[in-house]
Amino acid sequence: MKLPPFDYEAPRTVSEAVELLAEHQDEASVLAGGQSLIPLLALRLAHPAVLIDINGIEELSGVSAADGWVAIGAMTRAYVAEESETVADALPLLAAALPLIGHEAIRSRGTIGGSLAHADPAAELPAVARALDAEFVVRAQSGERVVPAAEWFEGYLTTSRDPGELLVKVRFPAAGPGTGISFQEVARRHGDFAIVGLAVSLMVSEGSISDARLAFAGMSDVPVRAAEAEDLLVGERPSTELFDEAARRATDSVDPPADLHGSAEYRRKVAAALVRRGLRTAADNAGERQ
Amino acid sequence: MVEITLRVNGTACTGPAEARKTLADFLRDDLNLTGTHLGCEHGVCGACTVIVDGRAVRSCLMLAVQAAGSEVTTIEGLAPDGGLGVVQQAMWDSHSFQCGFCTPGMVMQAVAFLGDHPDAGEQQIREALSGNICRCTGYQSIIDGVLLAAKRSRGR
Repeated sequence: MKLPPFDYEAPRTVSEAVELLAEHQDEASVLAGGQSLIPLLALRLAHPAVLIDINGIEELSGVSAADGWVAIGAMTRAYVAEESETVADALPLLAAALPLIGHEAIRSRGTIGGSLAHADPAAELPAVARALDAEFVVRAQSGERVVPAAEWFEGYLTTSRDPGELLVKVRFPAAGPGTGISFQEVARRHGDFAIVGLAVSLMVSEGSISDARLAFAGMSDVPVRAAEAEDLLVGERPSTELFDEAARRATDSVDPPADLHGSAEYRRKVAAALVRRGLRTAADNAGERQ
Repeated sequence: MVEITLRVNGTACTGPAEARKTLADFLRDDLNLTGTHLGCEHGVCGACTVIVDGRAVRSCLMLAVQAAGSEVTTIEGLAPDGGLGVVQQAMWDSHSFQCGFCTPGMVMQAVAFLGDHPDAGEQQIREALSGNICRCTGYQSIIDGVLLAAKRSRGR
């Protein structure tokens, strides 16, 4: 269908955008890459009175590294992050997930902040942000606040962003020595949303696991960490038996959705397989990063 | 209405666009470039793929006002002399279409992809075209055509 009518604003600065959000509150939608919002408009599932297009705000784009963190501007497009050497060097988990987002043409327009603010629980970036405990920097007229990933995702397509706030950037901790990663997903075809996805980041020092992070996509209405499996892994040496037990613990505690893409039981089986595969891959490549 | 100017297939084009008008509708309705096809109109089928500033994009997921100042290439711009571009000719030779509805999007995506990945093999081409849906061919002849185009572009 054609898009419903709306008033269109194209601010050039973050302050202008925030002023517009303060004025229109939840009557406004923020347009970033448009790869989720425009379909919602076309399907008439969203009817914003005002569309605030942030594509012209230059200060919202870019990748920068400082003090062990990598900050990615909300309007940074997926393909730009995919081609970024900083991302490739410091955020290998994000680098592994980016090529799996949608299709080429989607990554030409889609943005890091857009995906994270849209908060589709089956998408790749929310799982990565949750696994790495990313920090979300939002700005309102009253000032800036930082929201940890654990508090960002509140439900299906719902975040803790206030209607008067704009997501300006997301900060990810840079991977340290001994970090091994893997992003696994099963989808009907390349580029589709994952039936189940899994972000894994392990830190291995002197042969044993010192930090373990596993976050699922597609297993709940938000990206979820497999805390029981993480607790099991820390302090242990990588082994097939350990990873089998981690897969069991990771999938015992989740209650995955059932839809036409797969039953809850199927999702749980796929998730267990992805945990075993993801942990093996991450443990194997942990040694390469010194 | 906003007056917008963009370059389409090398020519500067100006026209009024309502904010909610997509780039696809602007190309088709205002510029009469109906080679860009609209299938699903919500970013699933890939038929409306065009090249904007060197990148393949879905023109149904971009507002016309957002394309102001951009360089857009549509299927009509691939062979301005009325002939066929390399990808088009190779797809013709490989019988890469039946009804032809998805063809403009397939061609534009293939042109953008081969421009960046001239040495792409079959698997990469399948992934690059995974966002373009064809209901007739079963895809094999499309992949054959793009592989042939890649081979010809490399001069082998």
